[in-house]
Amino acid sequence: MFPVEQALVTDGGGRIAPLAIGFQTYGELNADRSNAILLCHALTGDQYAAGVNPVTGKPGWWDAMVGPGKPFDTDKYFLICSNVVGGCMGSTGPSSVNPGTGKPYGLDFPVVTIRDMVRAQAMLVDHLGIETLFCVAGGSMGGMQVLQWAASYPERVFSAMPIATAAKHSAQNIGFNEVGRQAVMADPDWRAGRYLEQSVRPEKGLAVARMSAHITYLSEAALQRKFGRKLQDRSAPTFSFDADFQIENYLRYQGVAFVERFDANSYLFVTRACDYFDLAADYGGSLARAFKDTTTRFCVVSFTSDWLYPTSDSRAIVHALNAGGASVSFVEIESDKGHDAFLLHEPMFIATTRGFLEAAAAARGLRAGA
Amino acid sequence: MTKAASPRLDHLLIADMVDAGSRVLDVGCGDGALLRLLADRKRVDGRGVELSQRGVNECVAKGLSVIQGDADTDLADYPDDGFDYVILSQTLQATRRPREALQNMLRIGRRAIVSFPNFGYWRVRAQLAFRGRMPVTGNLAYSWHDTPNIHLCTIRDFVELIDLLGAHIERGVALDHAGAPIRVNAPWWVWNLLGEQAIFLLERDAPPRSS
Repeated sequence: MFPVEQALVTDGGGRIAPLAIGFQTYGELNADRSNAILLCHALTGDQYAAGVNPVTGKPGWWDAMVGPGKPFDTDKYFLICSNVVGGCMGSTGPSSVNPGTGKPYGLDFPVVTIRDMVRAQAMLVDHLGIETLFCVAGGSMGGMQVLQWAASYPERVFSAMPIATAAKHSAQNIGFNEVGRQAVMADPDWRAGRYLEQSVRPEKGLAVARMSAHITYLSEAALQRKFGRKLQDRSAPTFSFDADFQIENYLRYQGVAFVERFDANSYLFVTRACDYFDLAADYGGSLARAFKDTTTRFCVVSFTSDWLYPTSDSRAIVHALNAGGASVSFVEIESDKGHDAFLLHEPMFIATTRGFLEAAAAARGLRAGA
Repeated sequence: MTKAASPRLDHLLIADMVDAGSRVLDVGCGDGALLRLLADRKRVDGRGVELSQRGVNECVAKGLSVIQGDADTDLADYPDDGFDYVILSQTLQATRRPREALQNMLRIGRRAIVSFPNFGYWRVRAQLAFRGRMPVTGNLAYSWHDTPNIHLCTIRDFVELIDLLGAHIERGVALDHAGAPIRVNAPWWVWNLLGEQAIFLLERDAPPRSS
Protein backbone atom coordinates (compact mmCIF):
# COMPACT_ATOMS: atom_id res chain seq x y z
CA MET A 1 0.00 0.00 0.00
CA PHE A 2 1.23 3.44 -0.86
CA PRO A 3 -0.31 6.56 0.65
CA VAL A 4 0.60 9.86 -0.95
CA GLU A 5 0.53 13.33 0.51
CA GLN A 6 -0.18 14.74 -2.92
CA ALA A 7 -3.80 14.89 -4.10
CA LEU A 8 -4.88 13.37 -7.40
CA VAL A 9 -6.72 15.98 -9.45
CA THR A 10 -8.96 14.12 -11.86
CA ASP A 11 -9.85 14.87 -15.48
CA GLY A 12 -13.38 15.54 -14.29
CA GLY A 13 -12.16 18.26 -11.93
CA GLY A 14 -12.41 16.13 -8.80
CA ARG A 15 -9.79 15.95 -6.11
CA ILE A 16 -8.82 12.72 -4.35
CA ALA A 17 -6.89 13.18 -1.11
CA PRO A 18 -5.64 11.31 0.67
CA LEU A 19 -4.80 8.85 -2.08
CA ALA A 20 -3.78 5.26 -1.49
CA ILE A 21 -2.72 2.80 -4.17
CA GLY A 22 -2.59 -0.91 -3.50
CA PHE A 23 0.33 -2.52 -5.27
CA GLN A 24 2.51 -5.62 -5.45
CA THR A 25 6.02 -6.05 -6.75
CA TYR A 26 7.82 -9.14 -7.99
CA GLY A 27 11.53 -9.61 -8.62
CA GLU A 28 14.20 -7.07 -7.82
CA LEU A 29 15.01 -3.63 -9.09
CA ASN A 30 18.52 -3.54 -10.56
CA ALA A 31 21.18 -1.02 -9.61
CA ASP A 32 20.49 1.50 -12.36
CA ARG A 33 16.71 1.05 -12.00
CA SER A 34 16.34 0.12 -15.64
CA ASN A 35 14.51 -3.20 -15.38
CA ALA A 36 11.10 -2.13 -14.06
CA ILE A 37 7.96 -3.32 -15.81
CA LEU A 38 4.53 -1.98 -14.96
CA LEU A 39 1.73 -4.49 -15.41
CA CYS A 40 -1.70 -2.93 -15.86
CA HIS A 41 -4.67 -5.02 -14.84
CA ALA A 42 -7.98 -5.39 -16.65
CA LEU A 43 -11.40 -4.14 -15.54
CA THR A 44 -11.90 -6.28 -12.47
CA GLY A 45 -8.34 -7.44 -11.98
CA ASP A 46 -6.10 -6.43 -9.14
CA GLN A 47 -2.47 -6.08 -8.10
CA TYR A 48 -2.02 -9.83 -7.60
CA ALA A 49 -0.66 -10.66 -11.06
CA ALA A 50 1.35 -13.70 -9.99
CA GLY A 51 1.44 -16.27 -7.23
CA VAL A 52 -1.64 -16.86 -5.13
CA ASN A 53 -4.19 -14.09 -4.75
CA PRO A 54 -4.66 -13.75 -0.96
CA VAL A 55 -8.30 -12.69 -1.37
CA THR A 56 -9.52 -15.39 -3.72
CA GLY A 57 -6.95 -18.10 -2.97
CA LYS A 58 -6.62 -18.58 -6.73
CA PRO A 59 -3.58 -18.01 -8.97
CA GLY A 60 -2.88 -14.39 -9.94
CA TRP A 61 -4.44 -13.18 -13.19
CA TRP A 62 -1.18 -13.37 -15.13
CA ASP A 63 0.35 -16.35 -13.37
CA ALA A 64 0.94 -17.95 -16.78
CA MET A 65 3.08 -14.97 -17.80
CA VAL A 66 4.79 -13.77 -14.62
CA GLY A 67 7.42 -15.71 -12.68
CA PRO A 68 10.92 -17.16 -12.90
CA GLY A 69 11.62 -18.22 -16.49
CA LYS A 70 8.24 -16.95 -17.69
CA PRO A 71 8.04 -14.11 -20.27
CA PHE A 72 7.78 -11.50 -17.51
CA ASP A 73 10.77 -13.11 -15.86
CA THR A 74 10.99 -12.25 -12.18
CA ASP A 75 14.66 -13.33 -12.22
CA LYS A 76 15.37 -10.59 -14.71
CA TYR A 77 12.80 -7.85 -14.31
CA PHE A 78 11.27 -5.89 -11.48
CA LEU A 79 7.51 -6.08 -11.88
CA ILE A 80 5.07 -3.60 -10.43
CA CYS A 81 1.36 -4.19 -10.50
CA SER A 82 -0.93 -1.61 -8.98
CA ASN A 83 -4.60 -1.62 -8.24
CA VAL A 84 -6.26 1.24 -10.14
CA VAL A 85 -7.64 4.31 -8.44
CA GLY A 86 -11.38 3.76 -8.13
CA GLY A 87 -10.80 0.07 -7.44
CA CYS A 88 -11.47 -1.82 -4.26
CA MET A 89 -8.28 -3.70 -3.44
CA GLY A 90 -6.35 -1.21 -1.37
CA SER A 91 -6.62 1.76 -3.72
CA THR A 92 -8.76 4.75 -2.91
CA GLY A 93 -12.15 4.19 -4.45
CA PRO A 94 -15.86 4.66 -3.81
CA SER A 95 -15.76 2.29 -0.81
CA SER A 96 -12.99 4.37 0.84
CA VAL A 97 -13.85 6.85 3.54
CA ASN A 98 -14.51 10.36 2.27
CA PRO A 99 -12.46 12.61 4.59
CA GLY A 100 -15.06 15.33 4.12
CA THR A 101 -17.92 13.29 5.57
CA GLY A 102 -16.29 10.45 7.46
CA LYS A 103 -18.49 8.02 5.49
CA PRO A 104 -17.71 5.92 2.41
CA TYR A 105 -17.58 8.03 -0.76
CA GLY A 106 -20.19 6.08 -2.68
CA LEU A 107 -21.21 8.12 -5.71
CA ASP A 108 -19.48 11.19 -4.27
CA PHE A 109 -16.23 9.65 -5.43
CA PRO A 110 -15.01 11.61 -8.45
CA VAL A 111 -15.56 9.86 -11.78
CA VAL A 112 -12.08 8.79 -12.79
CA THR A 113 -10.67 8.24 -16.27
CA ILE A 114 -8.01 5.94 -17.66
CA ARG A 115 -5.70 8.95 -17.63
CA ASP A 116 -6.40 9.47 -13.93
CA MET A 117 -5.52 5.83 -13.29
CA VAL A 118 -2.26 6.33 -15.18
CA ARG A 119 -1.52 9.56 -13.29
CA ALA A 120 -1.91 7.69 -10.03
CA GLN A 121 0.37 4.92 -11.33
CA ALA A 122 2.95 7.53 -12.31
CA MET A 123 2.88 8.85 -8.75
CA LEU A 124 3.54 5.32 -7.54
CA VAL A 125 6.40 4.86 -10.02
CA ASP A 126 7.86 8.18 -8.86
CA HIS A 127 7.53 7.02 -5.28
CA LEU A 128 9.49 3.87 -6.15
CA GLY A 129 12.23 6.09 -7.57
CA ILE A 130 11.92 4.82 -11.12
CA GLU A 131 12.49 7.28 -13.93
CA THR A 132 11.93 5.13 -16.99
CA LEU A 133 9.90 1.95 -17.14
CA PHE A 134 11.48 -0.78 -19.23
CA CYS A 135 8.01 -1.86 -20.28
CA VAL A 136 4.37 -1.12 -19.60
CA ALA A 137 2.12 -4.07 -20.44
CA GLY A 138 -1.47 -5.03 -19.98
CA GLY A 139 -4.63 -6.29 -21.62
CA SER A 140 -8.14 -4.94 -22.05
CA MET A 141 -8.55 -1.96 -19.69
CA GLY A 142 -4.89 -2.55 -18.82
CA GLY A 143 -4.09 -2.11 -22.51
CA MET A 144 -5.82 1.27 -22.48
CA GLN A 145 -3.58 2.27 -19.60
CA VAL A 146 -0.57 1.14 -21.63
CA LEU A 147 -1.63 3.37 -24.53
CA GLN A 148 -2.24 6.25 -22.17
CA TRP A 149 1.17 5.78 -20.57
CA ALA A 150 2.86 5.83 -23.98
CA ALA A 151 0.95 8.98 -24.95
CA SER A 152 1.28 10.86 -21.65
CA TYR A 153 4.83 9.88 -20.69
CA PRO A 154 6.59 8.79 -23.89
CA GLU A 155 10.03 9.44 -22.41
CA ARG A 156 9.28 7.23 -19.43
CA VAL A 157 8.19 4.16 -21.41
CA PHE A 158 10.95 2.24 -23.19
CA SER A 159 8.61 -0.41 -24.56
CA ALA A 160 4.88 -1.02 -24.45
CA MET A 161 2.56 -3.97 -24.98
CA PRO A 162 -1.08 -3.04 -25.45
CA ILE A 163 -2.93 -6.35 -25.62
CA ALA A 164 -6.53 -7.15 -26.67
CA THR A 165 -7.46 -3.51 -26.33
CA ALA A 166 -8.64 -0.40 -28.15
CA ALA A 167 -7.82 3.30 -28.30
CA LYS A 168 -11.49 4.00 -27.69
CA HIS A 169 -14.57 2.17 -26.51
CA SER A 170 -17.05 1.25 -29.20
CA ALA A 171 -20.80 1.80 -28.87
CA GLN A 172 -21.10 -1.94 -28.28
CA ASN A 173 -18.58 -1.83 -25.44
CA ILE A 174 -20.37 1.11 -23.83
CA GLY A 175 -23.67 -0.68 -24.32
CA PHE A 176 -22.56 -3.80 -22.49
CA ASN A 177 -21.11 -1.72 -19.67
CA GLU A 178 -24.36 0.18 -19.36
CA VAL A 179 -26.28 -3.10 -19.00
CA GLY A 180 -23.97 -3.98 -16.12
CA ARG A 181 -24.32 -0.63 -14.43
CA GLN A 182 -28.08 -0.65 -14.76
CA ALA A 183 -28.18 -4.14 -13.23
CA VAL A 184 -26.24 -2.86 -10.22
CA MET A 185 -28.35 0.25 -9.83
CA ALA A 186 -31.61 -1.68 -10.23
CA ASP A 187 -30.79 -3.82 -7.20
CA PRO A 188 -32.90 -2.55 -4.25
CA ASP A 189 -29.86 -3.11 -2.03
CA TRP A 190 -27.82 -0.61 -3.99
CA ARG A 191 -29.52 2.22 -2.02
CA ALA A 192 -28.38 4.98 -4.39
CA GLY A 193 -24.80 3.90 -3.79
CA ARG A 194 -24.98 4.26 0.01
CA TYR A 195 -25.26 0.53 0.69
CA LEU A 196 -22.11 0.30 2.81
CA GLU A 197 -23.55 2.66 5.43
CA GLN A 198 -26.69 0.55 5.54
CA SER A 199 -24.77 -2.71 5.84
CA VAL A 200 -26.19 -4.28 2.72
CA ARG A 201 -24.66 -5.02 -0.69
CA PRO A 202 -26.30 -5.11 -4.14
CA GLU A 203 -25.05 -8.64 -4.72
CA LYS A 204 -27.76 -9.73 -7.13
CA GLY A 205 -27.31 -6.73 -9.40
CA LEU A 206 -23.54 -7.02 -9.41
CA ALA A 207 -23.75 -10.74 -10.14
CA VAL A 208 -26.00 -10.07 -13.14
CA ALA A 209 -23.58 -7.40 -14.34
CA ARG A 210 -20.77 -9.93 -14.11
CA MET A 211 -22.77 -12.62 -15.90
CA SER A 212 -23.46 -10.43 -18.92
CA ALA A 213 -19.91 -9.12 -19.00
CA HIS A 214 -18.51 -12.62 -18.71
CA ILE A 215 -20.25 -13.66 -21.92
CA THR A 216 -18.43 -10.88 -23.75
CA TYR A 217 -15.09 -12.23 -22.56
CA LEU A 218 -15.63 -15.60 -24.22
CA SER A 219 -16.20 -16.64 -27.79
CA GLU A 220 -19.25 -18.29 -29.23
CA ALA A 221 -17.13 -21.23 -30.37
CA ALA A 222 -15.58 -21.76 -26.94
CA LEU A 223 -18.95 -21.54 -25.21
CA GLN A 224 -20.44 -24.00 -27.66
CA ARG A 225 -17.56 -26.43 -27.25
CA LYS A 226 -17.55 -26.22 -23.48
CA PHE A 227 -21.27 -26.16 -22.77
CA GLY A 228 -23.37 -26.52 -25.90
CA ARG A 229 -26.89 -27.28 -24.66
CA LYS A 230 -25.71 -29.72 -22.03
CA LEU A 231 -27.91 -30.00 -18.95
CA GLN A 232 -26.63 -29.56 -15.42
CA ASP A 233 -27.03 -32.55 -13.05
CA ARG A 234 -30.21 -33.76 -14.72
CA SER A 235 -31.30 -35.71 -17.76
CA ALA A 236 -34.34 -33.68 -18.76
CA PRO A 237 -35.44 -30.04 -18.50
CA THR A 238 -37.37 -29.22 -15.33
CA PHE A 239 -39.73 -26.78 -17.03
CA SER A 240 -38.80 -24.14 -14.51
CA PHE A 241 -36.29 -21.30 -14.23
CA ASP A 242 -33.72 -23.38 -12.42
CA ALA A 243 -30.27 -23.53 -13.94
CA ASP A 244 -31.09 -26.47 -16.20
CA PHE A 245 -28.32 -25.75 -18.65
CA GLN A 246 -24.64 -25.98 -17.75
CA ILE A 247 -24.01 -22.53 -19.15
CA GLU A 248 -26.58 -21.08 -16.75
CA ASN A 249 -24.98 -22.80 -13.84
CA TYR A 250 -21.54 -21.61 -14.96
CA LEU A 251 -22.60 -17.98 -15.28
CA ARG A 252 -24.39 -18.03 -11.93
CA TYR A 253 -21.21 -19.36 -10.36
CA GLN A 254 -19.17 -16.59 -12.05
CA GLY A 255 -21.59 -13.99 -10.72
CA VAL A 256 -21.54 -15.29 -7.16
CA ALA A 257 -17.75 -15.67 -7.07
CA PHE A 258 -17.38 -12.13 -8.35
CA VAL A 259 -19.52 -10.38 -5.71
CA GLU A 260 -17.35 -11.94 -3.04
CA ARG A 261 -14.32 -10.03 -4.22
CA PHE A 262 -15.57 -6.89 -5.91
CA ASP A 263 -17.33 -3.74 -4.83
CA ALA A 264 -20.45 -2.74 -6.79
CA ASN A 265 -19.67 0.98 -6.87
CA SER A 266 -16.12 0.29 -8.02
CA TYR A 267 -17.67 -1.65 -10.88
CA LEU A 268 -19.63 1.44 -11.88
CA PHE A 269 -16.52 3.64 -11.76
CA VAL A 270 -14.11 1.38 -13.63
CA THR A 271 -16.59 0.61 -16.41
CA ARG A 272 -17.24 4.34 -16.72
CA ALA A 273 -13.53 5.03 -17.01
CA CYS A 274 -13.34 2.61 -19.94
CA ASP A 275 -16.36 4.16 -21.64
CA TYR A 276 -14.87 7.63 -21.47
CA PHE A 277 -11.57 6.45 -22.93
CA ASP A 278 -10.93 7.94 -26.37
CA LEU A 279 -7.24 8.63 -26.77
CA ALA A 280 -7.52 10.30 -30.17
CA ALA A 281 -10.06 12.80 -28.82
CA ASP A 282 -7.36 14.19 -26.53
CA TYR A 283 -5.18 14.87 -29.58
CA GLY A 284 -7.56 16.67 -31.89
CA GLY A 285 -9.14 13.47 -33.13
CA SER A 286 -5.85 12.10 -34.46
CA LEU A 287 -4.57 8.97 -32.82
CA ALA A 288 -1.33 9.31 -34.77
CA ARG A 289 -0.72 12.64 -33.02
CA ALA A 290 -0.96 10.90 -29.65
CA PHE A 291 2.15 8.93 -30.60
CA LYS A 292 3.97 11.52 -32.68
CA ASP A 293 7.76 11.13 -32.61
CA THR A 294 7.54 8.47 -29.92
CA THR A 295 10.66 6.43 -29.34
CA THR A 296 8.80 3.72 -27.45
CA ARG A 297 8.95 0.23 -28.97
CA PHE A 298 5.46 -1.19 -29.28
CA CYS A 299 4.14 -4.71 -29.59
CA VAL A 300 0.39 -4.74 -30.23
CA VAL A 301 -1.41 -8.05 -29.79
CA SER A 302 -4.94 -9.10 -30.68
CA PHE A 303 -6.77 -12.43 -30.71
CA THR A 304 -8.82 -13.70 -33.63
CA SER A 305 -11.93 -14.60 -31.65
CA ASP A 306 -12.02 -11.48 -29.45
CA TRP A 307 -15.23 -9.71 -30.38
CA LEU A 308 -15.15 -7.26 -27.47
CA TYR A 309 -11.88 -5.69 -28.67
CA PRO A 310 -11.61 -7.07 -32.19
CA THR A 311 -8.43 -7.09 -34.27
CA SER A 312 -9.70 -4.04 -36.17
CA ASP A 313 -9.31 -2.01 -32.96
CA SER A 314 -5.69 -3.12 -32.68
CA ARG A 315 -5.11 -2.37 -36.35
CA ALA A 316 -6.30 1.19 -35.79
CA ILE A 317 -3.65 1.55 -33.09
CA VAL A 318 -0.99 0.04 -35.36
CA HIS A 319 -1.91 2.36 -38.23
CA ALA A 320 -1.61 5.36 -35.94
CA LEU A 321 1.75 4.18 -34.66
CA ASN A 322 2.95 3.56 -38.20
CA ALA A 323 1.80 6.99 -39.29
CA GLY A 324 3.75 8.44 -36.37
CA GLY A 325 6.82 6.50 -37.46
CA ALA A 326 6.87 4.43 -34.28
CA SER A 327 8.71 1.16 -33.94
CA VAL A 328 5.80 -1.23 -33.82
CA SER A 329 5.21 -4.95 -34.02
CA PHE A 330 1.73 -6.33 -34.41
CA VAL A 331 0.66 -9.91 -33.91
CA GLU A 332 -2.81 -11.35 -34.25
CA ILE A 333 -2.90 -14.59 -32.28
CA GLU A 334 -5.05 -17.40 -33.58
CA SER A 335 -7.27 -18.45 -30.70
CA ASP A 336 -10.88 -19.46 -30.18
CA LYS A 337 -10.86 -18.42 -26.54
CA GLY A 338 -12.24 -14.93 -27.10
CA HIS A 339 -11.19 -11.80 -25.25
CA ASP A 340 -10.01 -13.77 -22.22
CA ALA A 341 -7.34 -15.47 -24.34
CA PHE A 342 -4.73 -13.02 -23.04
CA LEU A 343 -5.24 -14.37 -19.52
CA LEU A 344 -5.00 -18.01 -20.53
CA HIS A 345 -2.17 -20.28 -21.56
CA GLU A 346 -1.75 -19.40 -25.24
CA PRO A 347 1.65 -20.68 -26.41
CA MET A 348 1.90 -18.29 -29.37
CA PHE A 349 1.10 -15.32 -27.18
CA ILE A 350 3.63 -16.42 -24.59
CA ALA A 351 6.29 -16.85 -27.29
CA THR A 352 5.55 -13.43 -28.79
CA THR A 353 5.78 -11.72 -25.42
CA ARG A 354 9.01 -13.46 -24.57
CA GLY A 355 10.59 -12.56 -27.90
CA PHE A 356 9.53 -8.95 -27.75
CA LEU A 357 10.78 -8.47 -24.19
CA GLU A 358 14.07 -10.24 -24.83
CA ALA A 359 14.75 -8.11 -27.88
CA ALA A 360 13.77 -4.94 -26.02
CA ALA A 361 16.01 -5.98 -23.13
CA ALA A 362 18.91 -6.44 -25.53
CA ALA A 363 18.23 -3.00 -27.02
CA ARG A 364 18.16 -1.51 -23.53
CA GLY A 365 21.34 -3.34 -22.55
CA LEU A 366 19.63 -5.24 -19.72
CA ARG A 367 21.44 -8.26 -18.42
CA ALA A 368 20.01 -11.18 -16.55
CA GLY A 369 20.42 -11.31 -12.78
CA ALA A 370 19.57 -7.75 -11.69
CA MET B 1 23.58 -13.23 -32.94
CA THR B 2 24.23 -16.93 -33.24
CA LYS B 3 23.15 -17.31 -36.83
CA ALA B 4 25.58 -19.56 -38.64
CA ALA B 5 24.03 -19.59 -42.11
CA SER B 6 25.60 -17.09 -44.51
CA PRO B 7 23.29 -14.47 -45.98
CA ARG B 8 21.53 -15.18 -49.25
CA LEU B 9 23.19 -13.61 -52.26
CA ASP B 10 20.04 -11.81 -53.33
CA HIS B 11 19.80 -10.30 -49.85
CA LEU B 12 23.40 -9.11 -50.07
CA LEU B 13 22.68 -7.52 -53.45
CA ILE B 14 19.62 -5.77 -52.00
CA ALA B 15 21.65 -4.59 -49.03
CA ASP B 16 24.13 -3.19 -51.54
CA MET B 17 21.42 -0.97 -52.97
CA VAL B 18 20.47 0.54 -49.60
CA ASP B 19 22.21 3.59 -48.17
CA ALA B 20 23.49 3.13 -44.63
CA GLY B 21 21.32 4.50 -41.85
CA SER B 22 18.20 4.83 -43.97
CA ARG B 23 14.61 3.97 -43.11
CA VAL B 24 13.42 0.73 -44.70
CA LEU B 25 10.08 -1.03 -44.92
CA ASP B 26 10.35 -4.68 -45.93
CA VAL B 27 7.04 -5.93 -47.26
CA GLY B 28 6.64 -9.69 -47.00
CA CYS B 29 9.68 -9.89 -44.75
CA GLY B 30 9.33 -13.61 -43.96
CA ASP B 31 11.51 -14.64 -41.04
CA GLY B 32 13.23 -11.24 -41.01
CA ALA B 33 16.59 -12.43 -42.41
CA LEU B 34 16.89 -9.45 -44.76
CA LEU B 35 15.86 -6.93 -42.09
CA ARG B 36 18.41 -8.44 -39.73
CA LEU B 37 21.10 -8.20 -42.39
CA LEU B 38 20.19 -4.58 -43.12
CA ALA B 39 20.23 -3.73 -39.43
CA ASP B 40 23.58 -5.41 -38.87
CA ARG B 41 25.41 -4.24 -41.97
CA LYS B 42 23.72 -0.99 -42.90
CA ARG B 43 22.37 0.20 -39.53
CA VAL B 44 18.99 0.79 -41.12
CA ASP B 45 15.89 1.65 -39.12
CA GLY B 46 13.87 -1.25 -40.45
CA ARG B 47 10.22 -2.22 -40.26
CA GLY B 48 8.51 -5.24 -41.70
CA VAL B 49 5.13 -6.46 -42.82
CA GLU B 50 4.51 -10.18 -42.97
CA LEU B 51 1.41 -12.23 -43.64
CA SER B 52 2.24 -15.38 -41.68
CA GLN B 53 1.93 -15.61 -37.92
CA ARG B 54 5.03 -17.79 -37.78
CA GLY B 55 7.11 -15.27 -39.69
CA VAL B 56 5.95 -12.38 -37.51
CA ASN B 57 6.73 -14.29 -34.34
CA GLU B 58 10.21 -15.16 -35.56
CA CYS B 59 10.82 -11.52 -36.43
CA VAL B 60 9.51 -10.18 -33.13
CA ALA B 61 11.69 -12.68 -31.28
CA LYS B 62 14.69 -11.37 -33.24
CA GLY B 63 13.92 -7.90 -32.00
CA LEU B 64 12.62 -6.64 -35.32
CA SER B 65 9.60 -4.38 -35.60
CA VAL B 66 7.23 -6.36 -37.74
CA ILE B 67 3.50 -6.20 -38.07
CA GLN B 68 1.19 -8.88 -39.29
CA GLY B 69 -0.41 -7.66 -42.44
CA ASP B 70 -1.15 -8.11 -46.10
CA ALA B 71 0.76 -6.26 -48.83
CA ASP B 72 -2.44 -6.09 -50.88
CA THR B 73 -4.58 -4.35 -48.28
CA ASP B 74 -2.37 -2.73 -45.66
CA LEU B 75 0.07 -0.62 -47.66
CA ALA B 76 -2.69 1.90 -48.32
CA ASP B 77 -2.60 2.83 -44.63
CA TYR B 78 1.01 3.96 -44.70
CA PRO B 79 1.63 7.68 -45.05
CA ASP B 80 3.48 9.19 -48.05
CA ASP B 81 7.25 9.31 -47.84
CA GLY B 82 7.42 7.48 -44.53
CA PHE B 83 10.48 5.50 -45.63
CA ASP B 84 13.58 5.87 -47.75
CA TYR B 85 13.21 2.42 -49.26
CA VAL B 86 10.33 -0.01 -49.52
CA ILE B 87 11.44 -3.54 -50.32
CA LEU B 88 9.40 -6.32 -51.84
CA SER B 89 11.62 -9.36 -51.90
CA GLN B 90 10.30 -12.45 -53.72
CA THR B 91 6.74 -11.43 -52.89
CA LEU B 92 5.50 -9.52 -55.96
CA GLN B 93 4.32 -12.69 -57.65
CA ALA B 94 2.15 -13.58 -54.63
CA THR B 95 0.28 -10.26 -54.50
CA ARG B 96 -3.26 -9.99 -55.77
CA ARG B 97 -2.72 -6.60 -57.39
CA PRO B 98 0.99 -6.21 -58.14
CA ARG B 99 0.52 -2.87 -59.88
CA GLU B 100 -1.23 -1.29 -56.88
CA ALA B 101 1.35 -2.80 -54.54
CA LEU B 102 4.17 -1.21 -56.55
CA GLN B 103 2.33 2.10 -56.73
CA ASN B 104 1.91 2.12 -52.96
CA MET B 105 5.56 1.22 -52.46
CA LEU B 106 6.66 4.17 -54.60
CA ARG B 107 4.33 6.44 -52.67
CA ILE B 108 5.49 5.29 -49.22
CA GLY B 109 9.14 5.48 -50.20
CA ARG B 110 10.93 7.47 -52.86
CA ARG B 111 12.76 4.31 -53.76
CA ALA B 112 11.64 0.73 -54.01
CA ILE B 113 13.59 -2.48 -54.33
CA VAL B 114 11.80 -5.40 -55.93
CA SER B 115 13.07 -8.90 -56.49
CA PHE B 116 11.07 -11.59 -58.23
CA PRO B 117 11.46 -14.89 -60.08
CA ASN B 118 11.76 -14.35 -63.83
CA PHE B 119 9.13 -16.31 -65.74
CA GLY B 120 11.10 -15.65 -68.92
CA TYR B 121 13.98 -17.79 -67.63
CA TRP B 122 14.95 -20.42 -70.20
CA ARG B 123 14.30 -23.41 -67.91
CA VAL B 124 10.80 -22.11 -67.24
CA ARG B 125 10.23 -21.62 -70.94
CA ALA B 126 11.63 -25.06 -71.64
CA GLN B 127 9.39 -26.85 -69.18
CA LEU B 128 6.34 -25.24 -70.68
CA ALA B 129 7.50 -25.53 -74.31
CA PHE B 130 8.92 -29.04 -74.34
CA ARG B 131 7.21 -30.85 -71.48
CA GLY B 132 3.92 -29.02 -71.70
CA ARG B 133 3.90 -28.70 -67.92
CA MET B 134 3.64 -25.72 -65.60
CA PRO B 135 7.21 -25.00 -64.57
CA VAL B 136 8.54 -26.04 -61.18
CA THR B 137 11.98 -24.62 -60.40
CA GLY B 138 14.02 -23.74 -57.34
CA ASN B 139 12.49 -20.27 -57.31
CA LEU B 140 9.03 -21.48 -58.25
CA ALA B 141 8.90 -24.56 -56.08
CA TYR B 142 5.15 -25.23 -56.13
CA SER B 143 2.78 -27.26 -58.23
CA TRP B 144 0.29 -25.17 -60.19
CA HIS B 145 -2.58 -26.10 -57.89
CA ASP B 146 -1.08 -25.11 -54.56
CA THR B 147 1.16 -22.20 -55.44
CA PRO B 148 0.90 -18.84 -53.68
CA ASN B 149 2.36 -17.31 -56.84
CA ILE B 150 -0.52 -15.93 -58.83
CA HIS B 151 1.02 -13.09 -60.83
CA LEU B 152 4.11 -14.30 -62.55
CA CYS B 153 5.93 -12.05 -64.96
CA THR B 154 9.11 -11.87 -66.99
CA ILE B 155 11.82 -9.28 -66.60
CA ARG B 156 10.55 -7.62 -69.78
CA ASP B 157 6.99 -7.47 -68.44
CA PHE B 158 8.23 -5.89 -65.24
CA VAL B 159 10.33 -3.25 -66.98
CA GLU B 160 7.31 -2.30 -69.07
CA LEU B 161 5.13 -1.94 -65.97
CA ILE B 162 7.64 0.35 -64.28
CA ASP B 163 7.34 2.75 -67.22
CA LEU B 164 3.59 2.92 -66.63
CA LEU B 165 4.04 3.71 -62.94
CA GLY B 166 5.94 6.95 -63.38
CA ALA B 167 9.14 5.49 -62.03
CA HIS B 168 12.46 4.51 -63.49
CA ILE B 169 14.99 1.82 -62.87
CA GLU B 170 18.09 3.03 -61.06
CA ARG B 171 19.79 -0.30 -61.02
CA GLY B 172 18.94 -3.81 -62.04
CA VAL B 173 20.57 -7.17 -61.49
CA ALA B 174 19.63 -10.54 -62.90
CA LEU B 175 20.88 -13.68 -61.21
CA ASP B 176 21.60 -16.88 -63.05
CA HIS B 177 20.83 -20.41 -61.88
CA ALA B 178 23.83 -20.41 -59.53
CA GLY B 179 22.67 -17.12 -58.03
CA ALA B 180 25.51 -15.19 -59.64
CA PRO B 181 24.85 -11.80 -61.24
CA ILE B 182 24.72 -11.70 -65.03
CA ARG B 183 27.10 -9.24 -66.67
CA VAL B 184 25.70 -5.75 -66.51
CA ASN B 185 26.45 -4.98 -70.14
CA ALA B 186 24.50 -7.98 -71.41
CA PRO B 187 21.45 -6.98 -73.48
CA TRP B 188 17.92 -7.20 -72.04
CA TRP B 189 17.01 -10.32 -73.94
CA VAL B 190 19.94 -12.12 -72.33
CA TRP B 191 18.76 -11.10 -68.87
CA ASN B 192 15.27 -12.20 -69.69
CA LEU B 193 16.46 -15.58 -70.90
CA LEU B 194 19.25 -16.39 -68.47
CA GLY B 195 18.09 -14.64 -65.32
CA GLU B 196 16.36 -16.97 -62.90
CA GLN B 197 15.50 -13.99 -60.73
CA ALA B 198 15.88 -10.24 -60.92
CA ILE B 199 16.39 -7.39 -58.48
CA PHE B 200 15.51 -3.83 -59.36
CA LEU B 201 16.10 -0.57 -57.56
CA LEU B 202 13.32 1.79 -58.62
CA GLU B 203 13.01 5.48 -58.10
CA ARG B 204 9.86 7.51 -58.43
CA ASP B 205 9.99 10.31 -61.04
CA ALA B 206 7.57 12.75 -59.40
CA PRO B 207 6.22 13.38 -55.88
CA PRO B 208 3.73 10.77 -54.73
CA ARG B 209 0.12 10.95 -55.77
CA SER B 210 -1.61 10.38 -52.48
CA SER B 211 -4.17 7.62 -52.59
